[in-house]
Amino acid sequence: MKSWNNKAWFLVLPVLLLVAFSAIIPLMTVVNYSVQDSFGSNEFYWVGLEWFQEVLSSERFHNALMRNLLFSAIILLIEIPLGIAVALAMPRRGWGVSVCLVLMALPLLIPWNVVGTIWQVFARVDIGLLGYSLTQLGFDYNYTQDTLDAWITLIVMDVWHWTSLVVLLSYSGLVSIPPAYYQAARIDGASRWAVFRYIQLPKMRRVLVIAVLLRFMDSFMIYTEPFVVTGGGPGNATTFLSIDLVQMAIGQFDLGPAAAMSLIYFLIILLVSWVFYTVMTQQDADAESGRGHS
Amino acid sequence: MIRRAWIPVLYIVFLMLPLYWLLMMSFKTNQEILSTFSLWPREFTLQNYITILSDSSWYSGYINSMIYVVMNTVISLSVALPAAYAFSRYRFLGDKHLFFWLLTNRMAPPAVFVLPFFQLYSAFGLIDTHIAVALAHCLFNVPLAVWILEGFMSSVPREIDETAYIDGYSFPRFFTKIFTPLIAPGIGVAAFFCFMFSWVELLIARTLTVTDAKPISAIMTRTVSASGLDWGVLAAAGMLTVIPGALVIYFVRNHIAKGFALGRV
Amino acid sequence: MDLSWMAWTTPTAIFFAVILCLVLSMWVWELISPGGQPRRGILRFETTRGDRLFVTLLGSAFINLAWLALVGPNLWWALAVCGLFGVLVFVFV
Repeated sequence: MKSWNNKAWFLVLPVLLLVAFSAIIPLMTVVNYSVQDSFGSNEFYWVGLEWFQEVLSSERFHNALMRNLLFSAIILLIEIPLGIAVALAMPRRGWGVSVCLVLMALPLLIPWNVVGTIWQVFARVDIGLLGYSLTQLGFDYNYTQDTLDAWITLIVMDVWHWTSLVVLLSYSGLVSIPPAYYQAARIDGASRWAVFRYIQLPKMRRVLVIAVLLRFMDSFMIYTEPFVVTGGGPGNATTFLSIDLVQMAIGQFDLGPAAAMSLIYFLIILLVSWVFYTVMTQQDADAESGRGHS
Repeated sequence: MIRRAWIPVLYIVFLMLPLYWLLMMSFKTNQEILSTFSLWPREFTLQNYITILSDSSWYSGYINSMIYVVMNTVISLSVALPAAYAFSRYRFLGDKHLFFWLLTNRMAPPAVFVLPFFQLYSAFGLIDTHIAVALAHCLFNVPLAVWILEGFMSSVPREIDETAYIDGYSFPRFFTKIFTPLIAPGIGVAAFFCFMFSWVELLIARTLTVTDAKPISAIMTRTVSASGLDWGVLAAAGMLTVIPGALVIYFVRNHIAKGFALGRV
Repeated sequence: MDLSWMAWTTPTAIFFAVILCLVLSMWVWELISPGGQPRRGILRFETTRGDRLFVTLLGSAFINLAWLALVGPNLWWALAVCGLFGVLVFVFV
């Protein structure tokens, strides 16, 4: 058991101050902006909750939210199973492991706007390998004109960019399974599916929770990649929440509505991460009490 | 096992194709990119790389990025180490809520903070400095570093601490001489993640810089929109941003999987 | 230091002061009776007082937003609902 020691606060203090500076002051400022209208740079007028009402009832916000939820759902449905499948088929020892890990982690280390640039170039009909090949094969593909094409391009890009995260997480869960488990399963004559269902999946549960929630949250706040590839277009077809928000805050300098939207956005994120945190710590607590029994 | 090897192979091919295309484009002349469609460069040229490496408005972007990324990694790790130790070893008033609050900052969309960040750092006169970007990136890197280090530290048995204290080690001496070497892989992985997220982030870095500290990724976007479409140079610049990442992955490859699981497997 | 860019208003200042007071009162409560009364309520996971306060605050935020979207800008009734919600959370969760 961990011991109670309130002096541990002193060890946490530097982190607290640093993050408070970057998080609490800006958050307070956003709250202040959200109830006021601004003219010029430093003149503010009290408007009460008008902006919140406006954002909550605006079609634009609803659409961006729906698009974002749809995007996150599709991303999870593709990336999680694909990531598990790749991790299961990966070699467990030998030189193949290093090669796989290094090559797979590579997309994660590329600056996000470069990821956007890579795919923008790759998917272009005139000079990109993907776009050119598809056109040659007779597909009518153009991600700057067609909504569906734009969506497919963004989804494939995100799968390219982030599936490796799921692979690495699942893989780290898999290698932590002691070989004795597999031997026992072989003696029992367990099928491939049974091994997956009753040995591998439970062992991966912990890291999969992390994977699902990290992927959900990161795709829910995606900004740079779609901004570079489609700029939110064609029309507004790929304008996700963050793109909409930055457009409002920096592009149009509508401080009030942007702040109100930020807060609503933040509350949604807060709710999701609370659920995430609770599920994760609960798992820890259950694992600890489970260990006590066995 | 051999039968299923095609899945990772296929997946890696999928990962490498766009990168291959970028690499090939960086070796082509602009004229070749636009006029002919070829899988490899007909006229192999290094001109695109020379353009970047000889023009200070290009290569200074790499230097700027490097400076704030390193600053951020150092700051994040030095504050995260003691905090992670506190979280992994002690229970204290409000510890769980504090940990959760840190976590929410990792989850918060950077777009929410862009606007007040600009005002905040303007008020302190820090706009267009490297330290501004480094501090701003601490918002998500410090919580992440605490999270990863806490996972690694919790896997070190508590008996080691107790034995050291009985042997008469003071806390600072124990921490630097005994504990830090034990979690060296964890520190490496945390540094890797700080590096990674500071390196790949664009929105905040772009907002807080004007010219003197502008990161390479922001310079790229500007060049694309302004001077038209010099695809070859763009590809070369992109390729050069991939290299530092590839290097650091190579160094932490043995711990990377555990790091992604935040030390919790 | 110039803080005018933060654009403080009295209502938002009161809002943050109330939240700060709530957190501080949690600290005082903890000093009076330590341990945080952990228990498993209707959500079937262990919560302490601090968790219950957090659930109350987060829930209140969403109640207010829903009220604003569905009913209207008069939030005093929504605040009453939040108070009730808070009591329920502290009793049952």
